[in-house]
Amino acid sequence: MTKFDLDIGAMNRRQFIGRTAAAGLIAASSGTLVGTSAHAQAPKTGGHLKLGLKGGASTDSLDPATYSGAVLFVMGRCWGDTLVESDPKTGGALPALAESWQPSADATSWTFKIRKDVKFHNGAPLTVTDVIATLKRHADAASKSGALGLLLSIQTIEEKAGDLVITLKEGNADLPLILSDYHLVIQPNGGMDKPLAAIGTGPYKLTNFQAGVRTTFEKNKQDWRSDRGFVDSVEIIVMNDNTARVAALSSGQVHYINSVDPKTVNLLKRAPTVEILKTSGKGFYSFLMHCDTAPFDNNDLRLSLKYAIDRQAILDKVVGGFGKLGNDYPVNENYALAPEGIEQRAYDPDKAAFHYKKSGFDGAIVLRTSDAAFPGAVDAAVLFQESAKKAGITIDVKREPEDGYWTNVWNVQPFSATYWGGRPTQDLRYSTSYLSSADWNDTRFKRPDFDTMLLQARSELDEAKRKALYAQMAVMVRDDGGLILPVFNDYLNASTKAVKGYIHDIGNDTSNGYVASRVWLDA
Amino acid sequence: MQPDLETGRLPAQKMSADGAQPPQETRQDKVGAAPPPEGVIDGFFWRKLRLHQPLSALILQRLGLSIGLLFAASLLIFGGVEALPGDFATTYLGQAATPQAVENIRHELGLDRPLGERYVSWLSGAVRGDFGTSWASRNSVGEQIGNRLGNSLFLAFFAALISVPLAIALGMISVHFRDRFADRLINIVSLAAISLPEFFIGYLLILYFGVQLGWATFPSTVYAGMPFADRLSAIALPTATLVMVVLAHMMRMTRAAILNVMSSAYIETAELKGVSGLRLIAKHAAPNALAPVINVVALNLAYLVVGVVVVEVVFVYPGMGQYMVDAVTVRDMPVVQACGMIFAAFYIFLNMAADILAILANPRLRHPR
Repeated sequence: MTKFDLDIGAMNRRQFIGRTAAAGLIAASSGTLVGTSAHAQAPKTGGHLKLGLKGGASTDSLDPATYSGAVLFVMGRCWGDTLVESDPKTGGALPALAESWQPSADATSWTFKIRKDVKFHNGAPLTVTDVIATLKRHADAASKSGALGLLLSIQTIEEKAGDLVITLKEGNADLPLILSDYHLVIQPNGGMDKPLAAIGTGPYKLTNFQAGVRTTFEKNKQDWRSDRGFVDSVEIIVMNDNTARVAALSSGQVHYINSVDPKTVNLLKRAPTVEILKTSGKGFYSFLMHCDTAPFDNNDLRLSLKYAIDRQAILDKVVGGFGKLGNDYPVNENYALAPEGIEQRAYDPDKAAFHYKKSGFDGAIVLRTSDAAFPGAVDAAVLFQESAKKAGITIDVKREPEDGYWTNVWNVQPFSATYWGGRPTQDLRYSTSYLSSADWNDTRFKRPDFDTMLLQARSELDEAKRKALYAQMAVMVRDDGGLILPVFNDYLNASTKAVKGYIHDIGNDTSNGYVASRVWLDA
Repeated sequence: MQPDLETGRLPAQKMSADGAQPPQETRQDKVGAAPPPEGVIDGFFWRKLRLHQPLSALILQRLGLSIGLLFAASLLIFGGVEALPGDFATTYLGQAATPQAVENIRHELGLDRPLGERYVSWLSGAVRGDFGTSWASRNSVGEQIGNRLGNSLFLAFFAALISVPLAIALGMISVHFRDRFADRLINIVSLAAISLPEFFIGYLLILYFGVQLGWATFPSTVYAGMPFADRLSAIALPTATLVMVVLAHMMRMTRAAILNVMSSAYIETAELKGVSGLRLIAKHAAPNALAPVINVVALNLAYLVVGVVVVEVVFVYPGMGQYMVDAVTVRDMPVVQACGMIFAAFYIFLNMAADILAILANPRLRHPR
């Protein structure tokens, strides 16, 4: 259910309620992980860090259950912690508020040891009770939490001998990573009484919050970790206008901005004080077809459209080269246990024409698109139209209003543009939208044999067997599914040169939300 | 009174082109409109009041109409947001909506109740001054609007403080030097300023004064507890942008209205008796040209309060416009309604004030035939 949104604008607020991997910060390794400097630098402390971020609105609420959009994502990481974080390089689970964990043999019952030395911002110690209350609040069937969908398989959450024990309805080897979701910030008494208090265990304490305008934090002097939170204070200014962000960064009024437009990134590069931060991610831009709706219920027609798209042209022209080619399955090498050696599908008008003819379909195919689907979706659709024309396939590009796109077009119309944010694991990626019964099965991909393999892989603790299953599943989606995936987009952010220690995190954008706790200022 | 009827529409159209306007541009009829409906005020009393206190009668009548208009505007806004595709639950959850989550939200907010019932319950709260809580942020709408409205008024006040006297002075100067170099220059510059879209002016100012010269503060974000001097320096660029946007319109109206008067016989008389120069314009011509100028100033003031969402976005300024657009995007009805009501109230109030001032400036209008 995660849509990590690169382009949440004020006029065009796209939702990203969803899930991302939490990123772990490995003690004492921050210097070596940084791509910006060849030499490991010791972090400097102090200073006032200013972030100009797109993706906030005056409707934002401090309750982490409702978090969506880049601003709240980063804010939650400032004041709170999750039980588990994810490794910025591999995506593997790292201990955070849970110091260790142990699954049962069938991965249905998990025991987490909770850290004892942690205090909330209000001085109260962190207890197992707080953790349990937090998880119960998000897992409640009546909850509006963005993490509810992730927690549906939980049967019980209880305390046993001072540890947290979670019992699942079915085995799941990925449970620790699920708990790294950014909604699952541990709050005193789970935030049952005061969901909006923003009291947590994070590196910064909230000092002021004006929804959609500005948020300030000060350093949490009692932070339980010494490898983060280097600046004295953090200020987040909501800047939904692309030009405003770029102007504020190049004039030095802010230290960091997110969501740089790929079309202007080369101009921004010329500014002597600015550094472009490009991070490879797991999210992608795509077109989807409903496998159960005519004419897309014919696999030859689906294949013909997959061959008729010029992926390279979309990579170059729509995302300015900032991305990687997709191969019609929703996983790339940033996922653990990613399949290897699947042949890259390329633009081939002859094969497209062959399959098109074989499908027996004739006439125009309506493709619905909007820049709400992803930035440049209209351009991408027109490029698709052009490349398909060379194969003798007629596509009618129908531009839809941005407002209401997710309600009226996506997952409703049989052929439309969309994007998906990353998921921590392949299991979650496929469970979200390729399981026959999934709510967001936006390609109507329904194959019982695929479902069986997915469930088999989920509870499989042997990695080699798991990887083999995932490779088979990827091929099934690639050759039989309704997904046309031209590119995986990079996360594009920028900072001034004073910002050091930025960690390129494959988990999600803005260093998986941890930008404020990971960087330091070197004036 | 003629020219303002045409040009007076300009800002209203401009605003609706910005796309963020509630349908409140219900410009009232000119002075001396129809008497209030029968039964509202006793007929005899009303006639007496009109005869002896025409101004009080007019203000009373206008106030009554304004309340009716506000009511109509609230219906329009409510209906308009309802007609948009998707409701709060689906748009708030976006692509992440599950039937269960949508149902939870709908039930909690009472979206499963019938339309009329929801409107009546909102209205009964609003009449008592309770605008409810925002669905999205769960904060009190009244409190949030207080901050935002304060910011909007702060910016509008300074923009008006500079632009209104400047426009009227420039208008008089250009009449004085009509068809000569100064007149042409003022016209060309102000037309150029109004012809450029406001976001473009904004970007130019940011580029030169914010980024390259570094003289001005950017972004213009203001927040509670910000020192007053910092606030002033933060709004320098947006104020400059707004001044450029509204200046030409008021200036040209002043010029046209005064020129209109300048051709009348009494001005000729004044000239013949030796009055000349700016004194003639300011003392003799301007008072009779006041009415249309007041109207155009009022429309521009209304624009400065309700129509500046683009400027707010460009300069990252937390005003009302941005607040309302955010709310419309997620169909946060209590916020949309409250913002719409405030905008409509401003519009109606400023227009009413303009009408009354125009009547004060021209006694002939007090006794319509």
